[in-house]
Amino acid sequence: MQLELRGITKRFGSFTANDQISLKVEPGQIHSLLGENGAGKSTLMNVLFGLLRPDEGEILIDGVVTPINDSGEAVRRGIGMVHQHFMLVPVFTVAENVVLGFEPKKSFDRIDYRAATEDIRRLSQEFHLEVDPDAVIENLPVGLQQRVEILKALSHDAELLILDEPTAVLTPQEIDALMDIMRSLAAAGKSILFITHKLKEVKAIADVITVIRHGQVVGTAEPSASESELASLMVGRDVQLTVTKSTYDPGDEVLEVRDLVVLDDRGLVAVNGVSFDVRAGEVLALAGVQGNGQTELVEALVGMRPVVSGSITLKGRDITHLSPRDALDAGLGHIPEDRQRDGLVLSMSVADNLVLNTPRRAPFARRGTRNLAAVKENAQRLVREFDIRTTSIEAPASSLSGGNQQKVIVARELSRNIEFLVASQPTRGLDVGSIEYVHRQFIEHRNRGNGSLIVSSELDEVLALGDRIAVMFEGRISGIVDPTTSREDIGLLMAGHTTEVAGV
Amino acid sequence: MSEIAPAEIPQGSNEPVDEGPVWARRTSALWVRYTSSSPIVIAALAVFLGLVFGAIIIATTTPAVLDAWRSIFHHWSGLPVAIKVTFDNVGSAYRAIFTGSVVDPQGFWHSLTTGKGWPNTLTPISETFTYATPLVIVSIGVGIAFQTGLFNIGANGQAVIGGIAGAAVGSMLHLPTILHLPLTLLGGIAGGMLCGALPGVLKAYTGAHEVIVTLMFNYVTYAFLLYAVLSTPFQQPGQSNDIGRTMDPSAILAPLFGTKSGLRVSYGVFVAAAVVVFAWWLLDRSSMGFDFRVTGANPAAARASGINGRRVIVVVFLISGGLAGLAGLVQVASTTHYIDGGFLIGNAGIGFTAITVALLGRNRPMGIVWASLLFAALGVGGRNMQASTGIPLDLATVIQSAIVLFVATPVLVKEIFRLRAAPTATVQLATKGWGS
Repeated sequence: MQLELRGITKRFGSFTANDQISLKVEPGQIHSLLGENGAGKSTLMNVLFGLLRPDEGEILIDGVVTPINDSGEAVRRGIGMVHQHFMLVPVFTVAENVVLGFEPKKSFDRIDYRAATEDIRRLSQEFHLEVDPDAVIENLPVGLQQRVEILKALSHDAELLILDEPTAVLTPQEIDALMDIMRSLAAAGKSILFITHKLKEVKAIADVITVIRHGQVVGTAEPSASESELASLMVGRDVQLTVTKSTYDPGDEVLEVRDLVVLDDRGLVAVNGVSFDVRAGEVLALAGVQGNGQTELVEALVGMRPVVSGSITLKGRDITHLSPRDALDAGLGHIPEDRQRDGLVLSMSVADNLVLNTPRRAPFARRGTRNLAAVKENAQRLVREFDIRTTSIEAPASSLSGGNQQKVIVARELSRNIEFLVASQPTRGLDVGSIEYVHRQFIEHRNRGNGSLIVSSELDEVLALGDRIAVMFEGRISGIVDPTTSREDIGLLMAGHTTEVAGV
Repeated sequence: MSEIAPAEIPQGSNEPVDEGPVWARRTSALWVRYTSSSPIVIAALAVFLGLVFGAIIIATTTPAVLDAWRSIFHHWSGLPVAIKVTFDNVGSAYRAIFTGSVVDPQGFWHSLTTGKGWPNTLTPISETFTYATPLVIVSIGVGIAFQTGLFNIGANGQAVIGGIAGAAVGSMLHLPTILHLPLTLLGGIAGGMLCGALPGVLKAYTGAHEVIVTLMFNYVTYAFLLYAVLSTPFQQPGQSNDIGRTMDPSAILAPLFGTKSGLRVSYGVFVAAAVVVFAWWLLDRSSMGFDFRVTGANPAAARASGINGRRVIVVVFLISGGLAGLAGLVQVASTTHYIDGGFLIGNAGIGFTAITVALLGRNRPMGIVWASLLFAALGVGGRNMQASTGIPLDLATVIQSAIVLFVATPVLVKEIFRLRAAPTATVQLATKGWGS
């Protein structure tokens, strides 16, 4: 299917989310839509999928102007969408999810599960999307759940697939598998519109790249363009993709973790006897495929998860069993993995979020009464210092873009005179401009002689920030290496090989 | 793609704001700006819609109106009469509500010119304040819990216990006013706190859902009420009916304008005013209230920020229950001065009205004051309407319910008045669901 967008404009009040956007996707082509968070990618896709009505412009399918008024019509026209957050029923099987809403029927209105299963087998084979039709969704890893979404779209005879940030939730291996699927779909003549803000993936897979910024098409590029060219198109200026650090000159041990054992929510051992040290002026980067105990380790460090055995010592003080409040007061800064759930109160103002974990501390309160002038002054200073883009310090945190929401958390934690920073997936979902900014703040924190533990599943980030890199696998540290180690060796450690086997 | 020249792109505009003369555009822009997202406007429109809804009910249920409309089937010339009868009936009903709850303009003019009859003239507004006073206090208690994400459905039971405890202190101790009245107020607060603490502790330490516990606890308190008013130490001496002891004059909230004026509005309004100031400080200025609001808006972030969720739940239930208990005591101490077996039962259940009042007032102290005055006025004025027009008092309840329905569905109100949502406006719910 050939799809063409001509002059699509979508306004929300005075804000123009899409401004005269035109692009064309050819059959069998993988067309990448690249842009920062908030550039208008999702709005454009919602217009295309009939969820939003454009104010101007038209959509052409195979050269014919086709208005798309609702998502049902989009499906009938052969457009399939795989949302960033999956639209699956967790307790249903793969087959049930795929046929949901379009169930094949037998007599007496019974669902023909055999026909449904057969249909899925056929599609799976045709497009190399291996998945068991009888498996229950909630038991499947995220990568397979995504395959089910793709299958669902294909079962409706989609000729054009929209993939909205499909790699955001995947492990590196799952990303590779997805890339293979995309290639085979394109080879079968399907068109793919691939929305992302990750440069590496775009370069790896796209046939054509359209870059949008502030709702406008700012250029098209070939996949051969360099990453820094693409990045500067995206943010409108030159971006420093590597981090410049002062020389590594570690001081005394700040944080000592000994034989730590922590359970996960199901009561299984998630952190299994982990020991490490972090020294002053040092960043210890913790790499690993997600779900190998990193989350539980961080929660235990900041007092949000009980420690079964082992010890945590901060500057000689035992902080193993402190409450979150006491851990914060002991000098730990925490940038949580899920910033919208744990880091912010979205309905409250930027100013309030900037004092979220210090509302009682001077000068923000005196004898139980808040000093709103000090809160305001603090907010104005931090918004300026940390370049938080907001219309007002009284605006709710929900009105900020993802990158600026993260800056609010970074500003709050780093302005608190902390001894030690624990950051979990600090740049997930952020655009390059914000990533660069957040990284620079971390390095400045390190250069001031503070210790940090930065947990990330992005290998680039780990390599850029870490003075030493610890790799976690199945609740244990499989090795601590220095950042000159090759990606392949770190990959082996991430897969559970020990340092001896990996040869580092 | 670059071959598409911008000139070829079809230009179109569907921005209605850009049309019409300058003044119309300005007014329209102002209209949008001040109406689209303001919750106060939504509340005011909901009140208006509730009154319209009430008018429709009056028109379709009053026999005189129906007869007049039936006559037009005989001859169409009856139409103007039918319309007139409809408006007359609706008008007289609403006039009766107004004169019965605020002031009768004629009586007011008479008093103003002759200086006589002031007590009679002021009785309606005095009654409205008398009913609103405990309602404000209990609704603020419920509102504080709502803001923390907690449903206190048991405010009525807490008010009952507060009333009993306060009335017991007020009738069984005999002290000078300066000691007796504060002790009585404290007794009311303590009774409500005790009754609120239990659901709070159960929720915090066992996870028992507060809606179920508080709701069921109401029945326990009613049973205790009947026990108390029939048991020896508390029952009115020499009585065999379900009536409690009468409070000492040193323990009551005296009428503001003296007993002789006949106006019931009491010093309780100052208690309510103090509660309003306290609630404003707590929610807007105190660090404890900040913790409450963070917990209510995002419990996960509250935990990560070091807020002790269990303590917040217990403290909020103590405050909420304490205010409910105070409201129950204020109710007794400013009106009957004794408790009977029907105390706060049925229509008098201010603890249940408080849930809707808090919702209408968006859980804000001043919003709750206005909502309480409105609900009290509808209740007091409704009685006058029933007496003077024969339309049943239940209409006032219908109007109250309709208002709450409209407040709870801002989307519907916006649609009826064609209000456009501001670009960043998000639907803000005053309460959260049961799931948490």
